Amino acid sequence: MSLTGLDIFKLTPKKNCKDCGFPTCLAFSMKVATGAVEIEKCPHMSDEAVSKLADATAPPMKTITIGKGENEYKLGGETVLFRHEKTFVNRNRFALLLSDSMTDEEIESKITSIKKVNYVRIGEEMRVEIVALKYEKSREKYLDLIRKIKESNLNIVYMLICEDVEVLKDALELVKNEKPIVYGATKENYEEMVDLVKGDELPLGIKANNLEELYSLVADIHKLDYKELILDAGSSSIKEAFDNTVQIRRIALKEEDRTFGYPSIVFANELSKGNKFMEIALTSLFILKYGSIIVLGDIDYTRALPLFALRQNIFTDPQRPMRVEPKVYPINNADENSPVLVTVDFALTYFIVSGEVERSKVPVKLAIPDAGGYSVLTAWAAGKLSGSSIAKFIKESGLDENHNCKKLIIPGKVAVLKGDIEDNLPGWEVIVGTDEAMHLPKFLKELQQEATAV
Amino acid sequence: MVFKKSVQKFSGKINEVVIGTGEKAIKLGGENAMPFYDFDGNLGERPKVGMEILDIFPDNWIEPLKEMYKDVADDTAKWAQFVEENFNPDFICLRFEGADPNGLDKSVEECADIAKEVAESIELPLVIAGTNNHEKDAKLFEKIAETLDGYNVLLLSAVEENYKSVGAAGGLAYNHKVGAESSVDINLAKQLNILLTQLGVKPEDMVMNVGCAAVGYGFEYVASTMDRIRLAACGQNDKTLQLPIITPVSFETWTVKESIASENEMPEWGNQEDRGIAMEVSTASSVLASGANAVILRHPTSVETINMFIKELLS
Repeated sequence: MSLTGLDIFKLTPKKNCKDCGFPTCLAFSMKVATGAVEIEKCPHMSDEAVSKLADATAPPMKTITIGKGENEYKLGGETVLFRHEKTFVNRNRFALLLSDSMTDEEIESKITSIKKVNYVRIGEEMRVEIVALKYEKSREKYLDLIRKIKESNLNIVYMLICEDVEVLKDALELVKNEKPIVYGATKENYEEMVDLVKGDELPLGIKANNLEELYSLVADIHKLDYKELILDAGSSSIKEAFDNTVQIRRIALKEEDRTFGYPSIVFANELSKGNKFMEIALTSLFILKYGSIIVLGDIDYTRALPLFALRQNIFTDPQRPMRVEPKVYPINNADENSPVLVTVDFALTYFIVSGEVERSKVPVKLAIPDAGGYSVLTAWAAGKLSGSSIAKFIKESGLDENHNCKKLIIPGKVAVLKGDIEDNLPGWEVIVGTDEAMHLPKFLKELQQEATAV
Repeated sequence: MVFKKSVQKFSGKINEVVIGTGEKAIKLGGENAMPFYDFDGNLGERPKVGMEILDIFPDNWIEPLKEMYKDVADDTAKWAQFVEENFNPDFICLRFEGADPNGLDKSVEECADIAKEVAESIELPLVIAGTNNHEKDAKLFEKIAETLDGYNVLLLSAVEENYKSVGAAGGLAYNHKVGAESSVDINLAKQLNILLTQLGVKPEDMVMNVGCAAVGYGFEYVASTMDRIRLAACGQNDKTLQLPIITPVSFETWTVKESIASENEMPEWGNQEDRGIAMEVSTASSVLASGANAVILRHPTSVETINMFIKELLS
């Protein structure tokens, strides 16, 4: 399916005019083949050549946009089955289910939960991004439910779960401008559904009894020339949902069959039958294995802490490690009389070190200079963590002037920096810490006892 | 286009390794497909779920667990029996926290006596976990291998620094299983497996602990390392990596902030016990989905949930 650089080169004007920003047409073609540059960068391509290339170079899995404004998210667009092969691109998004058969109290309490569980972890907002609104009983109650969400001022994407086209029409009147997901195209209603969403190009969720029927339903919808789709992996059993989610992704990426080149949706709430810990286990599974939208029954910190954190891990680009913001982090209510401990801005190191410091219960100011996002030894070897860079950070962060306790603990692995830092930071006592973070609690407690004894 | 399932046949297969003796002995491995991908091949043995107990009273564990074990935890053998009778896990992992030189520093003789009492009082297979102090573990595992001769236990683990002592005692002098522990890196895992094999330990007497982290704490490295190991073992038929993987999930998840912060410290986070279970369940299901053949857990609710999770995915 994919074209080589030479295939693409044959379609270019071969003039080496550099209008595309590359020195030669061949260089440009090579870049296009890797997906790094779009073919439209060449202004001299014939329309015919462009459309031929667009088809051939289109990614095997479509990127679908949901929501609007600050609540706009992209789903799908993945190119690999395993993150080490390159990277996963668009993280899964979490939805919370509400229905018109719930009582007002239930609805209120879930809206409150969505508002409450909203925090930042390593520079990333952790919250539910989608409300899945299920039509079960009455049109009036369903529309009321949508209005209630609108009035609640949630920053959220709407997903309307409804197979009744008439009800959907009314519902869309309320939220059409928010680019909601319309979920419920089946083999019975898909023509009307496509009619309904086509004008506004709304993402359409589709479902069928099994994978084969889902496949032919997508093919039918393709015939109507509609390609803004999200595929339901099925929820009759956990096994079926898992098999289907993996199959959908593999048929798209490995077999390069674009019929299944769409994001998927998994109803973890239904699959776990009200068992919260099962819901957590299944959601973890589908974060790893290809769920694009995962629907939860409720949200609280018990669910959020592992699930949002796992998602953040899995969707990290393997070539760009996660970094924390370089600054001074007070731990255990540290103040200007607490010792300063320095380590690097590699997120993993930060988490392990800060965790051990917390465990020690000793107040410590954790100083994180910009170390290029590397681990301690790598940063040191790459020249990103040196005596002068540490001293510079201590001065610029204000610790040199405004901090009473002039004790600076450095990682045991870079003990060699001690002299250099002392030269650059007069007045500070540089203490060589432990080689491993796990020995920090003991080390810090002893340091604290010494200080008290003096 | 016509609908056709995507099937990927692999030529490599994970070794089968037996731990324990008698009816309750367990077998790990045997698969030639990625975890739970039964549309591709044979999934081998059901992944196993074990429970952690300690050689000392679990002072650092959360209150509800201390409360649950309060009448038995002072006597490790009774504790093991309690776990066997009440929760019936696939195996028990006895962890010698009390042998840590930075802690109580119990003698290896004392530890071996405890191990023997435990082994005699249960039928379940036993996994012995050490202290993470390589020197002490070498001595500890040597002694325990001798004392538990005939019980076919898994020694967790041999690391690069002590694999000769642990491998020789567990895999050569006595007939036990040896866990090869590396820290989240496919090449390190491979290297240690090769070293142990060169020492003379048979591959069918080895399992791997390729390292673990709680979700949120660099778990992407764990997931990718396991993916790569399984793809190399099954896809490229790399014999040096065709070992079952055991992952001590509880060792990691019960030390992170999400599990240890009390409700007073983090009122908005809610029930501490639930948070601990959630971290354990999420990490366990994630390592199973990435290729682990066995997990070690602490909370009975986690064991129950993960057993159900495995059952559903294999149904």
